[in-house]
Amino acid sequence: MRINPDKCVACGNCTYVCPMGAIYIDPAIKRATIDRDECVECYACYNGLSKESLNPTMVRTVRSLFQMFRVRFDPEPDVCPTSAFEPDKLEWPRVVRRAFSDPRVPHESTGIEGRGTEEVKTNDVSGRVKEGEVGFTIEFGRPGVGARFHQIERMSTRLAKAGVDFEKKNPVTTLMTDQATGKLREEILNEKVMSAILEIKTSVDRVEEIIRIVKEVEKEIDTVVVLGVGVRCDAKGEDHIVAPILEKLGYELHRAKTNIGLGRITNPDLVQVQQSEPAGAAK
Amino acid sequence: MTNTLHRYGASPSFNDDYIVFAICCRGKNEKDALPRLKKFLHMAIPFKPVNLGDARNGGCLRPSAQLNPTNHWNRDMTPDFERVANGLDAPTTVAAVFDNRKAATDFIAQVKAENLGLSINVSTSVDNAVACCDETGLVRHSVGYSLGFEGKTEKLPNTQTLTLSTMCGHGMVSHSLAKKMIDWVKEGRRSPEEAVTYLARFCSCGVFNPSRARRILEDARRSMQ
Repeated sequence: MRINPDKCVACGNCTYVCPMGAIYIDPAIKRATIDRDECVECYACYNGLSKESLNPTMVRTVRSLFQMFRVRFDPEPDVCPTSAFEPDKLEWPRVVRRAFSDPRVPHESTGIEGRGTEEVKTNDVSGRVKEGEVGFTIEFGRPGVGARFHQIERMSTRLAKAGVDFEKKNPVTTLMTDQATGKLREEILNEKVMSAILEIKTSVDRVEEIIRIVKEVEKEIDTVVVLGVGVRCDAKGEDHIVAPILEKLGYELHRAKTNIGLGRITNPDLVQVQQSEPAGAAK
Repeated sequence: MTNTLHRYGASPSFNDDYIVFAICCRGKNEKDALPRLKKFLHMAIPFKPVNLGDARNGGCLRPSAQLNPTNHWNRDMTPDFERVANGLDAPTTVAAVFDNRKAATDFIAQVKAENLGLSINVSTSVDNAVACCDETGLVRHSVGYSLGFEGKTEKLPNTQTLTLSTMCGHGMVSHSLAKKMIDWVKEGRRSPEEAVTYLARFCSCGVFNPSRARRILEDARRSMQ
């Protein structure tokens, strides 16, 4: 992303809307400027700000007059008055910033917008996490702090050493050069993103061990981490196994997303296969 | 839609926050999903959601591509639900946000009756989701728990700001803007209703809860009195 200095009037609105705090008014040029190293290409400025097309010279003159009389200029806070934001053409590896930061861009690896993960949201159809298993989502940089891939690699290599399986349909996994070691592609390691999710699956008896590893690595990396734990409920819709483990570890389970089990396979080719198989074989 | 999972707050803070969302499973049920997703959105409208959105086009309050100066005094703050439902043009995750359990539960019952075949999730407190299932005769299939924020939490803002900004889990509502809106409401420069619409326009998939946000802003203002 770039800000056209010929259009910018330094109103400062964009400095607040940037989730990474990467936009500032450069006193030398009196224009809003983007710190490219901190910018994660989330497009919150370009997509989120409403746009006006006022004449920049006129706006600067009015603002200068107001300022001279110490009158506070009070524009709408979600407007760029001169439509000064202009998207850059992003090249590799910078393009991964947008892929993991602009929620409207679907991840090529999974075809899903946002952070590109399905987790247990589609578990009623995918069967990804079965009873006795636990799906972990380990998200880096959320909320509003950002993360670099070398921080994520610190976690992925440690988890790989512990012998966990990384979810194959996950955007971070597709950036690994070797899933057995958890190493990520060298050229992306210093790229900063809004957030990215490592997804793994383990057996229930490894929950404490995994959480201990995550907590150890958290101390070594300079960002925030948020854990999600996905489980398959029993036939009565209960989870009497994982929730008690988490509570024993000191977690208070305030919020969850609950898959209510209404999904089913509907793609015609798969439905035909199901119908041609003997009863029970589809499971 | 992990973006709805990690909202900041204790369980009671989610009593006015129910996100019901529909998602396809790639390779399993995404073919011909578009009309079913649109139906989900259209079905939600009579139950009076506080937001409605899809992950490609946004929610019922959106930024304008071409404002003019007079708009500053008469900006349209009316949520446009039909625009969301009619504007869905490709399969993606779609969501309806409710601020009370009855509306959410009634909508879930309707979705169940329609048998859309899509994966349906409810994002709220654990207890609220259990209650929704009990009241609609559904059995929870799977649960994704949020364990909260860890690591370098000293990088995070104060709890009021965090409660507002985490309503867009993709991070499109910046901490700075959330803090600015709290300050503006406290200073009387904007009403909570106005501040909420500014914030909601940045959420690009329509899961921001304007009703909860208004409550948080009003609480912030009252705490000054």
